[in-house]
Amino acid sequence: MKGTMLRKTLYALTAASAVALASPAAAEPLKVGFVYVSPIGEAGWTWQQDIGRREMEAALGDKVKTQYVEDVPEGADAERVIRDLAQQGNQLIFTTSFGYMNPTIKVAKQFPDVKFVHSTGYKTAPNVATTNARFYEARYVAGMLAGKMTQTKVVGYVGAYPIPEVLQGINAFTRGLRSIQPDAQVRVIMVNSWFDPGKERDAALALLDQGADIVTHHTDSTATVQAAEERGKYAIAYHSDMSKFGPKAQLGAVTHHWGPYFTKEVQSVLDGTWKSNQVWGGFKEGMVALEGFGPAVDDELKTFLKQQEDAIAAGTLNPFAAPIKDNEGKVRLADGALDDKGLNAMDYYVEGVVGKLGKN
Amino acid sequence: MLELIPRAEPSRLMSWLSPVLAVILTAVCGAIMFAAVGKSPVEGLAVFFLEPISSLRGWSEIGVKVAPLLLASVGLALCFRANIFNIGAEGQLVLGAIVSGAVILHFDDGTGGGGAGMIALALLAGAVGGAFWAAIVAWLRDRYNANEILVSLMLVYVAELLLSYLVHGVMRDPDGFGFPQSRLFDDGFLLPVWPGTRLHLGVLLALAASLLAWLLLSRMFAGFRLTVGGLAPLAARYAGFSSRRALWGCLLFSGALAGVAGACEIMGPIGQLTPSVSPGYGFAAIIVAFVGRLHPLGVVFASFVMALFYIGGELSQTRLGMPSAITGIFQGILLFALLACDVLIYKQFRWRRGAAAMIRGGRP
Amino acid sequence: MDALAPLIAASMNAGTPLMLAALGLLINEKAGVINLGSEGMMLVAAALGFAVTVHSGSPATGFLAGAVAGALLAGVFAWLTVWLGANQVACGLALSLFGVGASAYIGIPYVGATIQASSWGIPGLEHIPFFGPALFQHHPMVYGALLLCAALGYFLYRTRAGLVLRAVGESPESAHALGYKVRRIRLAALLFGGACCGLAGAFMSLVYTPMWVEGMVAGRGWIALALTPFATWRPARVLVGAYLFGGITILTFHMQALGVPIASQLLSMLPYLATILVLVLISRNINWIRINMPASLGKNFNPNS
Repeated sequence: MKGTMLRKTLYALTAASAVALASPAAAEPLKVGFVYVSPIGEAGWTWQQDIGRREMEAALGDKVKTQYVEDVPEGADAERVIRDLAQQGNQLIFTTSFGYMNPTIKVAKQFPDVKFVHSTGYKTAPNVATTNARFYEARYVAGMLAGKMTQTKVVGYVGAYPIPEVLQGINAFTRGLRSIQPDAQVRVIMVNSWFDPGKERDAALALLDQGADIVTHHTDSTATVQAAEERGKYAIAYHSDMSKFGPKAQLGAVTHHWGPYFTKEVQSVLDGTWKSNQVWGGFKEGMVALEGFGPAVDDELKTFLKQQEDAIAAGTLNPFAAPIKDNEGKVRLADGALDDKGLNAMDYYVEGVVGKLGKN
Repeated sequence: MLELIPRAEPSRLMSWLSPVLAVILTAVCGAIMFAAVGKSPVEGLAVFFLEPISSLRGWSEIGVKVAPLLLASVGLALCFRANIFNIGAEGQLVLGAIVSGAVILHFDDGTGGGGAGMIALALLAGAVGGAFWAAIVAWLRDRYNANEILVSLMLVYVAELLLSYLVHGVMRDPDGFGFPQSRLFDDGFLLPVWPGTRLHLGVLLALAASLLAWLLLSRMFAGFRLTVGGLAPLAARYAGFSSRRALWGCLLFSGALAGVAGACEIMGPIGQLTPSVSPGYGFAAIIVAFVGRLHPLGVVFASFVMALFYIGGELSQTRLGMPSAITGIFQGILLFALLACDVLIYKQFRWRRGAAAMIRGGRP
Repeated sequence: MDALAPLIAASMNAGTPLMLAALGLLINEKAGVINLGSEGMMLVAAALGFAVTVHSGSPATGFLAGAVAGALLAGVFAWLTVWLGANQVACGLALSLFGVGASAYIGIPYVGATIQASSWGIPGLEHIPFFGPALFQHHPMVYGALLLCAALGYFLYRTRAGLVLRAVGESPESAHALGYKVRRIRLAALLFGGACCGLAGAFMSLVYTPMWVEGMVAGRGWIALALTPFATWRPARVLVGAYLFGGITILTFHMQALGVPIASQLLSMLPYLATILVLVLISRNINWIRINMPASLGKNFNPNS
């Protein structure tokens, strides 16, 4: 009896001291995982996510160790990949496409100690936060840029799918455009894919052939900018600065900036203060920008655009302030400004957009 | 010099050895690929081949992939045997998902209904959806001699666009913030799963389909007609076997099975209707059918191997950082290797002396 | 009407890769071999052609590299099917699958690279109002495809070599009995077909969308395969099919931009449905098909049996 007691105590002491020795000093770097929906490439949605990841790595150095998996299709396979990242010891996992929403929630249930951040979704859980960026703010200012530069008063927009996020962009852009040129119009072609350079190019060329002298896009490749460059017209890029692909054509680019947000999230995990929340940041939080101005944009215009940006960040200018009329004449908002709920339910085109959404 | 001459009769040994040889050849090529990008070949092969089967969850995930592959490939094996080239199983799968999804959304009002009857109904709806899509192919070939390769392939694109149209529109979740997906199905409408895993009933259905097809082919006269019709169409016609019956029968059967595969995907791992319900299972099933030598039981083995490659490829990405292209490369090499090794069933290598020696020796 | 000339121009552009690949596949099939690996060959050629152009600065070399890549892959296919006697359908699928992965792999360092864009036009003709922009401002390969179509039509039906090729496709046994080297002829057909698919792939990455991204051929290899039975194995009809398909795709975009009140997904179905419709119309006469479809298509031939 006594011998056993002694042995047990010794074991306990050894264990306790081992734990005490192991914990502080050289803390294990926090493992952070990223799931990308497409190859990283050199421009586009995932490229910007990866820039954010690298900025976060640079900011936090030894305290983190990141890992990513690219080209993970949305659907049943995503769940397996997310789970594998969790099983490999990642403590914070960023799932960067809306199609990962339900798989993320499912895996999060099975790994309550792992934290997840899902982009562009709407479901949260105690260990799942969501994030998104108010791209439409930058789209509004981009529309103003187009308004100042267009001569034919027709602007082309290569869209992907008729979902609220894309519609917010189109509508904000149109409103910005028409705040400078009230009778300009925007023509939209949906290519029904986030990424199909062939179709994007065909769509861009069709829009240019219909009289547009500026084109922009919500799709993921550089095809639209390249098409504009070839035709000697202008383009406003999306996701990333694509001036490499259209040095003369690119007037500007609506870009995403995830670095500071990622760093904040990871730091809060390190500090133990992480909470599930829903972040939807815009100019104010530095999550979107209008940059990469081309040679055709003079300094006076740049200053004007910056002023508009600041006004939006300060809250004095709202891209979706009343009145909002859709392109069939119906009034969608009579007074005030469109709130988040209204933005998320957007299923119409505003006045000035030529195009019809299918019966939704 | 080394040359290939036909065997007197097909080698049974090679029949069994060929797939094994093919997998070994693929592993060797794979090892070279891993080494070429600076990763340890041993580690690479271990992650690719062994890791997926090293845990219960690993096996269950393979099962999740096997279900749609096997269901679709059983039907395709029958079609290809009859020389009916149904390349559109992917479209039939999507239609199955659409129709069964529609049925579920109709009956699932969120108040916890469901149950075995509903699930059976939804699966049946999936079969009907897939069979309908294949019936279009059969009808156009029967009535208008339209080539089934082209029609079934074109219909794949139409099916995918139809799914996109529906999930953006009438089937969209009204509380889903405009996202193009249906609402999540209630638990009562989902397939039963092995506890703790995602392995669902679809696997059992697939195995049952495979057994059924084997019985059909080997024991039933209809199967005999089918086989003869594929091997010797003129003889079959002389014997009065209706090629039209084979056409409709095969296409409807494979369409129905592909449709059930689609239904299982949305009632299983996905749990709702989304714009993309299949990462190309309908096309992969064509490969599985050939790797399984168009034999209903052979495709069971083949779909397992294919599923292993999918999971192994994915793990190579997440564990070793290999590019996503690796899965396609491995699968392609496997098929090439298998086709090359299969040749050895019917032919063998032999040294042949040069012409001069032949003349001197007087013997071939 | 302002958009009609650009529409014609865009249709020709869009139809060219389809036509190049389909013409190559047509030669394959006339000789009795069906190579389903067109998608894989086009992708590898697109990646390799782009890579070579990035390094050499010369798109012509890129096209050459693409053609060689396509021919090499077709050569592997030929070895497996013509010499070893493996199943043609399965081999073709394996080639496509492999090509998708291999091209992605080859292309990794070139994602985001750019090549020099240029504008083209036939001097003199290109400024004719309407016809100029519609027909005469294309990349040389567009005209090359048209020439190829005419050349193959002449080759198949007006030359002895073409007759031999068709004989091999109809009845390899008879051709063999007459002393023709069936396997070598099939190999030549496959190499040519692979080179055409290679040119088509290179066209995608060098002219159509001058860039490389994974999977950029986006199913055009499969569409090209569908075009040969659509055209009942005659080169002139391949031209019609390719331009029709390309043209309808472009047309649906214009319709969207003009605000036609049909959902974009339904509009996008039009090229595929139109292809089926035209096929049905063409195929109603079974004798037409019997005359034109090579009788031995898909069956292997062994001269030693």
